[in-house]
Amino acid sequence: MGKTLAEKILGRNSGQDAHAGDIVVAQVNLAFVQDTTGPLTVREFQKAGFKKLANPKRTVLFIDHAAPSSNRQLSTDHMLLRQFASDLGAILSDVGDGVCHQVVAESLAAPGDVITGADSHTVTGGAMGAFATGMGSSDVAVAMALGKTWFRVPETIRINVNGSFQKGVYAKDLILYIIGLIGADGATYKALEFGGETIKNMEMTDRITIANMAVEAGAKVGLFPADGITKSFLEAHGRGDVFTPLSADEDAVYEKVIEIDAAKLEPMVSKPHTVDNTATARELKDVKIQQVFIGTCTNGRLEDLAVAAKMLKGKKRHSSTRLVVAPASRKVLLEAINAGYIQTLIEAGAVILPPGCGACLGLHQGILGDGEACLSTANRNFKGRMGNPEGLIYLASPATAAATAITGVITDPREVL
Amino acid sequence: MLQGKAFKFGDSISTDHIAPGRLAHLRSNLPELAKHVLEDADPTFASRVSKGDFVVGGNNFGLGSSREHAPLIIKMSGVSAVLAKSVARIFFRNAINLGLPVLVCDTDKINDGDELQVDLAGGVIKDLTNGNSLTFSPIPPAMLAILEAGGLMPYIKKHGDFKL
Repeated sequence: MGKTLAEKILGRNSGQDAHAGDIVVAQVNLAFVQDTTGPLTVREFQKAGFKKLANPKRTVLFIDHAAPSSNRQLSTDHMLLRQFASDLGAILSDVGDGVCHQVVAESLAAPGDVITGADSHTVTGGAMGAFATGMGSSDVAVAMALGKTWFRVPETIRINVNGSFQKGVYAKDLILYIIGLIGADGATYKALEFGGETIKNMEMTDRITIANMAVEAGAKVGLFPADGITKSFLEAHGRGDVFTPLSADEDAVYEKVIEIDAAKLEPMVSKPHTVDNTATARELKDVKIQQVFIGTCTNGRLEDLAVAAKMLKGKKRHSSTRLVVAPASRKVLLEAINAGYIQTLIEAGAVILPPGCGACLGLHQGILGDGEACLSTANRNFKGRMGNPEGLIYLASPATAAATAITGVITDPREVL
Repeated sequence: MLQGKAFKFGDSISTDHIAPGRLAHLRSNLPELAKHVLEDADPTFASRVSKGDFVVGGNNFGLGSSREHAPLIIKMSGVSAVLAKSVARIFFRNAINLGLPVLVCDTDKINDGDELQVDLAGGVIKDLTNGNSLTFSPIPPAMLAILEAGGLMPYIKKHGDFKL
């Protein structure tokens, strides 16, 4: 019987013939924490009496959520993480290196890996053909100590996408459409697996956007095959040697198959306060927006900044709308500077935050005032997420965000392009 | 046998409702963070909940973040079990890892303030206020082993490895 990507990866890493529904214990190839979940991992690791990491050079502590720190308590947490990394020989990714999931994609993830991260958007690694899933701090502490953890092999929902995006429609619109379609619990406990011609030809940056949001439909993982595009991405980052091709079997068994025609998609927006509360951008054209946020692991890459810069070149942000930009990594920031995008964005009235999570989770810069609305390229719009339960968060693509920054109201990018 | 008062919440209670991200700087001061549990869903919950009470949700309870702090501060507030119609995956696993039972049942039949009696071993919930009896979905065997050990860390301390 053919296997899904999830069954293949967990099978290889557990040495068991894995089928959906089985419990397996799999080797963990990469384990990481970030600065808001890491301190609990460190304390649980130490309390349990663990003395060594199973794979120090495949264990990473990221300082990205409050980078640089905005208060004394977070700074003290950062010190704890740095000390732990130093004492145990783990990798430290410090202030300014970038968002954990971006750095994992650039420098660490390989096809076929099993990755556990103390952050729900660890699913981002699925873009690289890795079984990457988010877990709690204690779970990751144990994975770091033992080098393995248990999984229930998920059933897979296969999503086949065919056709070409219209001008102004992007990968973010596709994933928002999917989440609106199946719901925030439409894929709970399941693997999402992506296929079809659109996916086959899709650049890695777009695969990352899509995989990143798999958890917003409740999914355990969001998997892409490892193919020529994966290989090119790895080579561009000096890691071609970790490439291995990976795809589901032709006769893999899926719990459900969803077919999507990409040509029918429109720019989408998630309305407050859940990701599956979707509407088209054009339906929301009178909604005033006080802050536009472009960045995050979802859409903070060079290609995202390029889209925004091209639309904002020679233009200015609306006087009532702040424009906040957070490149997803130092690498992205440097490349965007070289390409002139940062200059263009600043000239349009943007402020540039350090590479990191930025305004996404309401910990430091970009917190909303009471009743303010933010249109963000991030992945989550829960009540209170951006630091104020009286704030309103709309999610959209970088193109929709740039168009909105110009007009001051939610704007379908096709009107501006 | 567990017994206590039901605190009823609606659908989609997220990890931001339970443990707001803006308070992440309190995560290394858990007793302080626990004072804010479920604040963005009900600012009075933390001051009203007593040891042995239950948090009762609707669909997709605990959706969102992997922050273990969410089920942790629910447990620290004295809640002995979470009841919900459906539960988000990461929250469920984290709760079990902390030894906090999460029981999937038809919570439409429970009202805010009802006195509940929960028989974990027998799989039955009795609503003493309205007389309803509910069953809950059995916790998967692998997770039951962890729950019965008192959580993930006690399980690993006892077994040294995963013997599931």
